[in-house]
Amino acid sequence: MDASLGWWGVPIAVLGGAIRISTPFLFVSLGECLTEKSGRINLGLEGILVMGAMTGYCVSYLTGSPWLGVLAAGFAGLLLGLLHGMVCSLPRVNDIAVGIGLMLFGTGLAFFLGKPFVQPKAPTLPAIPLGAWASSPQVQAALQINVLFIVGALLAVALHWVFRNTRWGLVVRMVGDSADAARAMGYNVNAVRMLATALGGFSAGVGGSFLSLYYPGSWNEGLSSGQGLMAVALVIFARWRPIHCFWAALLFGGASALGPALQSVGITSGYYLFNAAPYVLTLGVMIATCSTKRTLAGAPGELSVTR
Amino acid sequence: MSDSASLSAAAPSAATFSFDRLRRSAEAVLVPLGALLVAMILFGAFVAVLGKDPIEVYKLIYKGAFSSAFAWQNTLQRAAPLVLTALCVALPAQVGLIVIGGEGALVLGGLAAAVAGHAMSGAGPLTIQIGMAIGAMLVGGAWIALAGALRHYRGVNETISSLLLSYIAIALFNHFVEGPLRDPASLNKPSTMPIGEATMIGVIPGTDVHWGLVFGVAFCLIAFVLVRYTVQGFAMRIVGGNVRAAKLAGLPVGLLILSSCGLGGAAAGLAGMAEVAAVHGSANASLIAGYGYAGILVSFIARHNPLAILPVAVLLGGIAASGGLLQRRLDLPDATVLLLQGIAFMVILASETLYGRARIFQPKAS
Repeated sequence: MDASLGWWGVPIAVLGGAIRISTPFLFVSLGECLTEKSGRINLGLEGILVMGAMTGYCVSYLTGSPWLGVLAAGFAGLLLGLLHGMVCSLPRVNDIAVGIGLMLFGTGLAFFLGKPFVQPKAPTLPAIPLGAWASSPQVQAALQINVLFIVGALLAVALHWVFRNTRWGLVVRMVGDSADAARAMGYNVNAVRMLATALGGFSAGVGGSFLSLYYPGSWNEGLSSGQGLMAVALVIFARWRPIHCFWAALLFGGASALGPALQSVGITSGYYLFNAAPYVLTLGVMIATCSTKRTLAGAPGELSVTR
Repeated sequence: MSDSASLSAAAPSAATFSFDRLRRSAEAVLVPLGALLVAMILFGAFVAVLGKDPIEVYKLIYKGAFSSAFAWQNTLQRAAPLVLTALCVALPAQVGLIVIGGEGALVLGGLAAAVAGHAMSGAGPLTIQIGMAIGAMLVGGAWIALAGALRHYRGVNETISSLLLSYIAIALFNHFVEGPLRDPASLNKPSTMPIGEATMIGVIPGTDVHWGLVFGVAFCLIAFVLVRYTVQGFAMRIVGGNVRAAKLAGLPVGLLILSSCGLGGAAAGLAGMAEVAAVHGSANASLIAGYGYAGILVSFIARHNPLAILPVAVLLGGIAASGGLLQRRLDLPDATVLLLQGIAFMVILASETLYGRARIFQPKAS
């Protein structure tokens, strides 16, 4: 069918890919956004993502319900997030280093426990065919929207609202901007951060379950290609605003879809270079927006990466 | 108690001074060792829950890693790239940067070495080998220095940028190996043109261990002397301790950051060269084996001390070497080694909090 659409196939495939690929970015970046708002950075979301993918797939296979799998993936992420939060609560422990450790630990644990589940086929998540009106199969494929994508979009709006309008949101932001002020108000800084990291881990775990339960839709050891890490950069790109995380995730998803989309119309020469597009994009954005003179606008004051 | 404290404070004799140093060194050795022990207990408990005998697991790790000359050679073979990639973390750490992009420097270094080796064919083997090493170190050094430059001149966080650069490096590597630089004869496994049998750097006489290990040991010794006993190394550590103080003291902060990152990247690039020139014979996807990431772990366990990297790399190389044996004998998945490393890393990072807590390790005078 490529012939009928010709070059139009590329933007449509990129759009469809953006929606499909952006979902894990969205969940991980929202989780990371919450964690970073509390003044801590969790580089271990990559490990949580892989662990979530494994747990989701395994629970979906054992129970037959993909939604139980999503929930279990969230709780696996919650536990790993809690581990990060607890270790970082010890004095003089570096959160960036613990994140790298968690990346290794989460991936190792997932590969270890997930070994028996590489072969079997688990039930996957359903999709809503929003493109049923179109006659072209490409458009239909592009608009196959997974429920988790919609949940993620709603979560972004909800998180935005929580940060702006609720007491909890204010406490998290205060802890992230000035630990001293939070302590003076009588809040337990470490407890708030631990909670924020754990909930961020939950979100990242759900993002991981999308990888194994919808797209690509199976569990294997090469499932994640650094989405968890790119989400950290994505949050900086989005300037710690949940709504912007949503658009940034779509942009990153589109950038990731560029290589395969061009390949489908016969451009294969620069395949690997196009695959690097999201990384180059992230780096370019960071170079353009960072400065040695000032901290980034909107950055939580306690965050170690921006200091 | 207060008497002795005031006494030693009043007269800090040479004897007490060295005794205090001993306490500090003991702390630096005993805390990580204790953490490793805790990690082994945790991992053992995990294995026991799965119904395997933890004692048996550790026996097999010892057997696969250190029990025979063959095992030792396997271990040292795997430790060689880890030593060099760990330096890629440890040297930038001296100026206070956490760089985790060693994998990218290794991969591009290996590619540069393969290109140089092929381009110089016809020259004498030693000339080619030196050319390969220089090319690999320049490319690897430039790659990590780029992360340092972004940090210094643009304020871009080096941890994230080095990791992104590492992904970009791998994409570039794949592009060149499967595209413009591909050897048409490599059908199943895309590779660059082979550097030729005569140009391979070979093994240390009497062993199966290639010369990459010697490169690593030499690089570690040089790095140790540089960091501990030279003015430049002292200046680096000032930058790492407090950038503002370093600027006030008039130190060339930018140059120090760039040179320490560049040296670290050069070490990782050299690891790539050794893999190409001693193991694979050309640059191909086997270079992307995660040595860069394992090196991060090595450097953190060694607390970024270039000399301590050597035993730690041997230990981790040994654990990696025993992976096959664990798989065959106990039917454990190949990720067992990764899991043990992950647990060890978490416990060791958590143990950072113990420094300065125990009285016995503290200098008497303070």
